[in-house]
Amino acid sequence: MSTTTERPTITVPGSGIPKARPVKTRRRGEPSPLGKALSHGALILASLIALFPVLWIVFISLGPDKTDYLHPGAILDKMTTSNYSTVLFDTDFFTWFGNAALVSGVTTVVGVLIAATTGYAVSRMRFPGHRPLMWSLLVTQMFPIAVLIVPMYTILSTLGLLDSYLGLILVYSTTTVPYCAWLLKGYFDTIPVEIDEAGRVDGLNPFGTFWRLVLPLARPGLAVAAFYSFLTAWAEVAFASTFMLSSDKYTLAVGLQTFVSEHDAQWNLMAATAVLIAIPSSLLFYLVQRHLVTGLTAGASKS
Amino acid sequence: MAVAVQGAPSKGSRDREPRPGLVERFKRSYSKHWYAYVMIAPVVLVLGVLVLYPLIEGIWLTLTDATSLNSARQIGVNKVPATYNFIGLHNYADILWGPGSYDRFWSHFVWTIAWTVLCVCLHYSLGLGLALLLNQKLRGRGAYRLLLILPWAVPTFVTVFSWRLMLSDGGAVNTVLGALHLPEPGWLDDPLGQKAAAILVNTWVGVPFMMISLLGGLQSIPAELYEAAEMDGATAWQQFRHVTLPGLRTVSSTVVLLGVIWTFNQFAVIFLLFGNGAPDAQLLVTWAYRLGFGQQPRDYAQSAAYGVILLSILIVFTSFYRRWLARNEQANG
Repeated sequence: MSTTTERPTITVPGSGIPKARPVKTRRRGEPSPLGKALSHGALILASLIALFPVLWIVFISLGPDKTDYLHPGAILDKMTTSNYSTVLFDTDFFTWFGNAALVSGVTTVVGVLIAATTGYAVSRMRFPGHRPLMWSLLVTQMFPIAVLIVPMYTILSTLGLLDSYLGLILVYSTTTVPYCAWLLKGYFDTIPVEIDEAGRVDGLNPFGTFWRLVLPLARPGLAVAAFYSFLTAWAEVAFASTFMLSSDKYTLAVGLQTFVSEHDAQWNLMAATAVLIAIPSSLLFYLVQRHLVTGLTAGASKS
Repeated sequence: MAVAVQGAPSKGSRDREPRPGLVERFKRSYSKHWYAYVMIAPVVLVLGVLVLYPLIEGIWLTLTDATSLNSARQIGVNKVPATYNFIGLHNYADILWGPGSYDRFWSHFVWTIAWTVLCVCLHYSLGLGLALLLNQKLRGRGAYRLLLILPWAVPTFVTVFSWRLMLSDGGAVNTVLGALHLPEPGWLDDPLGQKAAAILVNTWVGVPFMMISLLGGLQSIPAELYEAAEMDGATAWQQFRHVTLPGLRTVSSTVVLLGVIWTFNQFAVIFLLFGNGAPDAQLLVTWAYRLGFGQQPRDYAQSAAYGVILLSILIVFTSFYRRWLARNEQANG
């Protein structure tokens, strides 16, 4: 395993560098009181920086006037939720929300499912075309949006999929599936092959093994892949605004832009919508966050 | 079988050659392959139709003078056929050394490279620093972790939009800087300020992913290695240098590669922060998008040519990077 690569390197400090001063040894992972204070300080600062823009937009969304962001101090005196009620009841918010939920939901389910079968095949089976497939999954990550968007537009229009949910779902799958397959391959690599073998002995075919034994074990990896797919589809702007033509098909990300036209920028409504958009993804994030660390790196640290 | 391979080592990797045992092996694993192909079929199909085919079509477009004025299009019920012509490699020549190529391509190229290097370095070092802090035995580290990955959970356009409000004249950032009697740069107007703002926002957006990935890597390093290092009297820095960094090598190589690819192609941050303004802060990707969609007439051919150039740069980079990794791996045993 990984120890073989690391073993030679630990001997280096002992043999190569003469020991000059005695080092106070603490138990590993337990910093000194000063170190602890500094760590807390750094982490608190970092958390504030991480959190501030999110809190800021929540704050701005409470100001009733569209230029309130320019003098945020004034918001304190006149905080109101009127922006939210305007967005919720006087705009197409629920239509857009439904569209975005449908597209992201289906992208997530379909994307994760086909990414999982691919990841499993690549992880467990050595078939001709194995390496080209891995390579093309990586290359797909590199496609700049500009090279694909025009031809994709032509293809979707030929297939009659322009302005349709299916078209957008397919397009999103091309961006999420390669990464998810890559991620899940890494996760499947950490699941012992003996489990598959046991399944085979019990008379399951590869699909059965995959579905009944491996998938349940891969839940953390699946959760992370699902989160990634959902977020990608939920927050995507460029494809959605190019391919969805009629306003009743807009996703939230596209609908949001309708608040800003050249003559009139309703920043307060935009802020409120932005907050509303962030709520579902944050909830989903809260559900999967326990799995994030293992899910993202299980395979990468093993191989 | 082994004999045949030894007899012709250079051809050994080619599976097409009929050599003893191969047919037998295929037969034995036939069912396995069959399952594998069924499992990868949906992905291959989707990628083939929506990535490979557009790519070929895109490459073909680069060899023409297609714009929105001469492409096939629908006006009402009338279908207007395409009238663009094949012009060979003229688009590439024009982009790379045509008139004004410095202002159109090379200046953006230099900025894109600088942007990628700076952003990935910042992502990696900040991500590693935070991961190291989080990997200690500290009270409340679960809560810190949750707060620190939050930027990742909120859609990019929401947070970039928030940054735009914060960085505008009289926005939160400059108010704070003013209160501290520091200069207040025009983040969204001044060319240098725009670049700084773009890097700042992209760093903020990208650190959580790096941090979590590296944290996973750190947690997979066996504690015995640190104990052994301590027995040998290694200082904290030596432990970091000789245990932590080698232990992170596989995770690092993956996330750095992905980081470079994603940063190089970063579209959302620049597009949402500046829209169609800020010509100096445009990356090659956003510049190409602007040629293809942000102007009239839309220059599809040049836009696609930019895309192909971008893709080639990344493919060349990736192959060198992987070769370099493999050589490093060998050198380090």
